[in-house]
Amino acid sequence: MKIVVDLNQCDLHGLCVEAAPEVFEIGDDGQLHVLNDTPDEGLRAKVDKAVRECPTGAISLET
Amino acid sequence: MLRRIAIVGASLAGLRAAETLRARGFDGALTLIGDEPHRPYDRPPLSKQVLQGTVEPEQTFFRKKDGYDALALEMRLGVRATALDLRDRRVTLDDGTFADYDRLIIATGARARTIPGLASRPNVFVLRSLDDAVALRQELTTASRVAIVGAGFIGLEVAASCRARGLHVTVIEALAIPLAPILTPELCEMVAATHRDHGVDLRTGVTVTNVVGDSRVAGVVLSDGSQVSADVVVVGIGVIPNTEWLQSAGLTLDNGILCDGSGQAAPGVYAAGDVARVANEWHGDSPRIEHWTNAVEQAVHAAENALAGSGASASFSSVPYFWSDQYDRKIQFAGDARRHDEMVIVDGSLAERRLTTIFRRGERLVACLTVNQPRALIKYRKLLAARASWVVALSETAAS
Repeated sequence: MKIVVDLNQCDLHGLCVEAAPEVFEIGDDGQLHVLNDTPDEGLRAKVDKAVRECPTGAISLET
Repeated sequence: MLRRIAIVGASLAGLRAAETLRARGFDGALTLIGDEPHRPYDRPPLSKQVLQGTVEPEQTFFRKKDGYDALALEMRLGVRATALDLRDRRVTLDDGTFADYDRLIIATGARARTIPGLASRPNVFVLRSLDDAVALRQELTTASRVAIVGAGFIGLEVAASCRARGLHVTVIEALAIPLAPILTPELCEMVAATHRDHGVDLRTGVTVTNVVGDSRVAGVVLSDGSQVSADVVVVGIGVIPNTEWLQSAGLTLDNGILCDGSGQAAPGVYAAGDVARVANEWHGDSPRIEHWTNAVEQAVHAAENALAGSGASASFSSVPYFWSDQYDRKIQFAGDARRHDEMVIVDGSLAERRLTTIFRRGERLVACLTVNQPRALIKYRKLLAARASWVVALSETAAS
């Protein structure tokens, strides 16, 4: 899977950071960073949770 | 044998339940029933970007990119459920048809409370649905004066959106301060001051006692004798859970559908979202929660338990979280501040209208509210989920 984040949509709710801290982080610059945009399948459940819980729909997956 | 699952309610919770059922491998017949004519859409933008005109109504639809083919739903839109028969496992619909199920997920949400005598007027609006937002936005294009009844989050967001459109805005609130049931007095005063600074005429401690105008409302008379003229009236005084259709079904209804920790209301019947009162381990109660994230979490939980069978052992634990955007301020709140013993501003200040406050009950951190400090909210929401003690919360504060 490949993670795509639309930073224009990101509203910094940070639910993705809670769902998948291995993948998402809010940096000192106050922006969302994708630490690994092609994570292992083992992280699929966490990434799915991040996608469905994002209030602005900013995160999508390309398979 | 699990062959048919019906979901009543085609908003966020209903959609997320459907998506979860498919993601977990359910390949039977899946019916999604919604009383609005639209496919599932996102409500938070309605009071903000849609009213302001920066987002078009069709941009609020979910799954714009993915579509619905992969979900293989039988989507029944514009159809209302009128009755539930638990014994026959059958939902009656208002078009004379039925939906039979092996498992049922109820996500019928809530509707806006109205004021008798005002509700039927052509220029009086509530804001709950996409159609509400489209109709109100249309009316705002020719209006100059808007009266908003109720200074809750919806009323205040509508006020901010109307000010962004350059309209004259009066907000009428029965209590002494806006948001009084939700926030502490000093935070409510800060929100009130923000609106007044943006030109909102905020009238508190008054109610609407009379209406001026024949068919269309030309203004309202308040309990202090003053009169507010208006081209448009918006009523934002809370919501009522949509449970009337379940009146004789045999479920336990009390300000929503009472559910156990698995989201189950009766054998094979689950509920999620604004209509549900799911036993919440973190919360210690079965609150009815009207927040976006709650709808998602409960829908996923209900869907997983519906597939798992009885699900009797499953428990639900979630920190309530909501946000509100007004002007250039983002208010975020996580936790449960009822009956708190102490509130501490750990960063920023009321004067700056940019702050982080945390709430203590007993020895525990129980809530966090931020204004324009999203990173702090994330930090404390995590501590809340971990049931951090007050001492730990304060030490985290000192460390940052």
